[in-house]
Amino acid sequence: MALTFEKPKGLTDVPTHYCPGCTHGIIHRLIAEVVDELGVLDKTVGVAPVGCSVLAYDYFSCDMYEAAHGRAPAVATGIKRAKPDATVFTYQGDGDLAAIGTAEIVHAATRGEKITTVFVNNAIYGMTGGQMAPTSLPGQVTETSPYGRNTGLAGYPIRVSEMISTLDGASYVERVSVDSVKNVMRAKKAIKKAFEYQIAGKGFSMVEVLSTCPTNWGLSPTEALTWLRDNMMPYYPLGVKKDIGEED
Amino acid sequence: MGDKVLMKGTEAIGEAAIRADCQCFFGYPITPQTEVAAYMAKKMPELGRVFVQAESEVAAINMVYGAAGTGVRCMTSSSSPGISLKAEGISYIAGAELPCLIVNIVRGGPGLGSIQPAQSDYFQATKGGGHGDYNMPVFAPSSIQEMVDLIQEAFDVADAYRTPCMLMGDGMLGQMMEPVEFHETARRELPKKDWAADGLRGRAHHNVINSLYLNPEELEQHNLHLQEKYQQIKKNEARYEIYNCEGEVDIILAAYGTTSRVCKNVIKMAAEEGIRVGLVRPITLWPFPNEAFEKTVEHTKYGYLAVEMSAGQMIEDVRLVVNGRKPVGFHGRMGGMVPNPEDILAKVRELALEGVK
Repeated sequence: MALTFEKPKGLTDVPTHYCPGCTHGIIHRLIAEVVDELGVLDKTVGVAPVGCSVLAYDYFSCDMYEAAHGRAPAVATGIKRAKPDATVFTYQGDGDLAAIGTAEIVHAATRGEKITTVFVNNAIYGMTGGQMAPTSLPGQVTETSPYGRNTGLAGYPIRVSEMISTLDGASYVERVSVDSVKNVMRAKKAIKKAFEYQIAGKGFSMVEVLSTCPTNWGLSPTEALTWLRDNMMPYYPLGVKKDIGEED
Repeated sequence: MGDKVLMKGTEAIGEAAIRADCQCFFGYPITPQTEVAAYMAKKMPELGRVFVQAESEVAAINMVYGAAGTGVRCMTSSSSPGISLKAEGISYIAGAELPCLIVNIVRGGPGLGSIQPAQSDYFQATKGGGHGDYNMPVFAPSSIQEMVDLIQEAFDVADAYRTPCMLMGDGMLGQMMEPVEFHETARRELPKKDWAADGLRGRAHHNVINSLYLNPEELEQHNLHLQEKYQQIKKNEARYEIYNCEGEVDIILAAYGTTSRVCKNVIKMAAEEGIRVGLVRPITLWPFPNEAFEKTVEHTKYGYLAVEMSAGQMIEDVRLVVNGRKPVGFHGRMGGMVPNPEDILAKVRELALEGVK
């Protein structure tokens, strides 16, 4: 019988710890497929964050680093500068990237570091049990915004992709979602393009992926997908935020 | 090589690191060590090597973590408040067992403190500084020549044991100029960096640079492994100078870095008054050179006098090793003040007459 579907070489044969309905697994797979398709597994180095995907270094079969909370872009900078021919990516959640690590991501982008960031936005702190994230929506109920996020007290969500796209060092920034088959295909295309831009030496590239957290949102996996479409997509519109295309 | 040149301490640090094959420098400006970064900014690109001015000390030490993990020699440099910011990263580097060099040109504290020389980061450097059970070798030169020689050594020790090493000077050593000679020194044999994570490049298994152990039994095993390594470092790498301690002496001064230079003047001045004074100078602050005190404890009539640019930090290690066998007195200045020889001599005179209290 012909083999029609197999695990990408970029993933190890280790079961992941993610909650049922969480989309981290899909996003991992997309990165691994892209690394396989681009033929760069042998020189790819990934940096895992602190947060739900803290164990990502067990799931990717390329060389991996575990970074301190928020510091993945600085760690990736060190790796890439030391080994310029390596393909370097960071995998970061919204607490990691948009709160404690804001300085690191902004400056890695503005320096035009030739790295790729996959930014997983699920509008909540997952690993610590559902606290308010910088990306939690106005009115969103979390452990630390029990009355709903009050923008007068807690401020507004950060639209990270829009912010990063204003920086000259960023070459390609797109927001995608993995809530449907069509959007998963688009997400893969975006991740591939982001890696291609890095390999072509065009500068910093980032793909923001809208992701679900059924456990901490208190929803079933299918309800979570609906919540993402109804609430996150209007606030975080999908699409390319920056693309320098053929420019240098 | 043997070319003798007049150099400022901070620039000599840069040149010595380059000659020790440092491939990447990541830093952030802070007085009184900014010239290290400026020197590297000029020289590293000329050699095709890496200089990055990070957005913060936090980012700089994490860039070191990334570069060190690929197996290249790399470093950062800062001064006291900046080292506090790097403490998080140093703990991770120690946990992940990555070799690198961290330079601390100490200034007065706490807080923003001053930009003048101090030794008040001794506890932070030698007792951990960041979180968790870890230590790192700390080298404390007393001249620019020694600073240059110890940089090569610090990089080698870092590679030999897979550990961060610190070179700790003070604002005086950073800012002064002295003649220095760059030697080709005998190098130790260093292990292969087969743990480095820079891409599989044909390797069958993936390498992971990490300090996370969710299973407590595994973390304890990792800690026991680190402690075993620290015991080896304590056994093999303690360095010191014993000066003028032959026969019986009245008082032995215990001092490192800039302070030890002042103490050598005190020894001359005291001799003119007929007071015999010696010096024990730790060159590694961790591991602390207990042996130097064991060797001298029977030679001192009135005990030791620790002289520091702090409220008294190293004195705790001196007291631990002397362990009540002889009195240990203290003279210190703080806030960026360098102890002057007259004050130290007055203290020596007092102790020699009255005994160390």
